[in-house]
Amino acid sequence: MSLIALLGAVETGLLFGLVALGIFLSFRVLQFPDLTVDGSFPLGAAVAATLIVSGWNPWLATLAALLAGAAAGLVTAWLNVRLGILHLLASILTMIALYSVNLRIMGRPNISLLMEPTVFTPLEALPLPGYVRLPLVLLGVVLLVKWLLDRFLASERGLAMRATGMNPRMARAQGIGTGAAVLAGMALSNALVGLAGALFAQSQGSADVTMGVGVIVVGLAAVIGGEALLPPRTLFWATLGCLVGSVVYRLAVALALNADFIGLKAQDLNLITAVLVVAALLLPGMRRSTRALFSRGGEG
Amino acid sequence: MIRLEGLQVTFARGTPLETPALRGLDLTIGAGEFVTVIGSNGAGKSTLLNAVSGEVIPDAGRVLVDETDVTRWPAARRAGRVARVFQDPVAGSCAELTLEENLALAHARGRRRGLRRALGGARRDLFRERLAELGLGLEARLSERMDRLSGGQRQAVSLLMATLQPSRVLLLDEHTAALDPRTAEMVLDLTRRVVEEHRLTTLMVTHSMRQALAAGSRTLMLHEGRIALDVSGGERAGLAVPDLVALFAQARHQALDDDSLLLG
Ligand SMILES: Nc1ncnc2c1ncn2[C@@H]1O[C@H](COP(=O)(O)OP(=O)(O)OP(=O)(O)O)[C@@H](O)[C@H]1O
Ligand SMILES: [Mg+2]
Repeated sequence: MSLIALLGAVETGLLFGLVALGIFLSFRVLQFPDLTVDGSFPLGAAVAATLIVSGWNPWLATLAALLAGAAAGLVTAWLNVRLGILHLLASILTMIALYSVNLRIMGRPNISLLMEPTVFTPLEALPLPGYVRLPLVLLGVVLLVKWLLDRFLASERGLAMRATGMNPRMARAQGIGTGAAVLAGMALSNALVGLAGALFAQSQGSADVTMGVGVIVVGLAAVIGGEALLPPRTLFWATLGCLVGSVVYRLAVALALNADFIGLKAQDLNLITAVLVVAALLLPGMRRSTRALFSRGGEG
Repeated sequence: MIRLEGLQVTFARGTPLETPALRGLDLTIGAGEFVTVIGSNGAGKSTLLNAVSGEVIPDAGRVLVDETDVTRWPAARRAGRVARVFQDPVAGSCAELTLEENLALAHARGRRRGLRRALGGARRDLFRERLAELGLGLEARLSERMDRLSGGQRQAVSLLMATLQPSRVLLLDEHTAALDPRTAEMVLDLTRRVVEEHRLTTLMVTHSMRQALAAGSRTLMLHEGRIALDVSGGERAGLAVPDLVALFAQARHQALDDDSLLLG
């Protein structure tokens, strides 16, 4: 495999590391199995691309994408918390609705950003080839987000969010508004995913309505893989595991696609990922709590 | 103080499984009074406590804490005035969090939670100090996960969590039931100390008649969602466990007779 292909895989892995952090927040911290991401990822891309094409500053467009993602998360959480719809179903409803919303936002199925300025454009001044520059910068961005997330989860409010996921009855007895905590956590989770979508569109040079398909499974693979690679003894290791899991996953995929003798094609990816996630769940060493969470939809 | 007026709670209302858990219960508990509650399974003891804490919102009646009507307040909002310890040692804390993180959660009870570090500042020193008062050696185990502690240790920590922030009311639902007799005695002693020290208005549910008489200054018996017996002062001081058992049986038959009168 060429260096360019390798670094390309790292770049994608880092971007999806943001998705993995978002999924960690919903699935692991809030114990809310959330499929909204399949809609909020392309939503972020759609919002950023549409605004950039219409002349917005790419930074503002990216911020708008992040907020759009947060709004999507809020809708799912609201359906669950206020209307009492089962979390899994609530997230599927939002995801389906977002497909239409994304098409409306873009006005067409695909927007090219190749001729547009993006948040990555100023980096062209750096004396590095493009395939090194982008992964390097993304590494910085992703580590910063991880640090901020760690810091938040260690704050009073973040701790309240974790307690809400682990033991909501106890959380209420300690004066924590569990409904509000779920709303905030889901907004934050999908904001990260929306941000990932916006950055992904800008690094790939286009946004496409179908780019969300399978994002949830890839993100889950990163979270579960990360837990297997780096046992999450503390929050620091848990979030680091998400990032490592995501990059390792991409590298493994790139290697597999590169090895011609296996005969794999890019379109086989979702199938393979799904099989990998199932395999990871059945692995004997898998921590019981993780398995219970993912195999029973996080009930109880 | 706590005042309950005509409290009614019915589960699964309008279905074949309709269960009246509290049927028009009136009760006034003075500030700082320590009341023990007994009654058979399903009598409505837990429901009574849940109605005071806000986990259950009554169909009718009012709940007042210190003269404030909190009937419609959700549990989280009442937490500034009402603290509680659950029967199940696992229920009162987060097993996957550390001891100090659990204490930090309780330390913010009734206050606005912000973005400052939950374990920042001098909190650890405070936690260490308060844990040392328990005399269980837990002050050396601040960063251990909660599920490493034994049931008795956890209940002791739950009691500490209930008193880290000032509150007015303490609710204890069979909080020694899951413990061996010696540990139960330790937790009960701790309970007395804590209640006295913080002058908490306390409701303690127990299935042990001995405990019901040994702790507190007043004993209630619940039967089928009503108060069937309410003893305090000299009358209670003269009671031994067999007397209470007899009264218990008597009150139950009384209730049965009342029902048959109504039916007849
Ligand atoms: N969440 C609920 N849903 C339906 N019915 C309930 C619920 N909680 C309690 N009940 C019913 O209400 C009645 C009173 O229950 P409660 O838990 O208050 O009894 P208790 O006095 O605490 O009993 P125990 O000594 O067994 O703990 C029982 O008949 C019980 O089955
Ligand atoms: Mg009970």
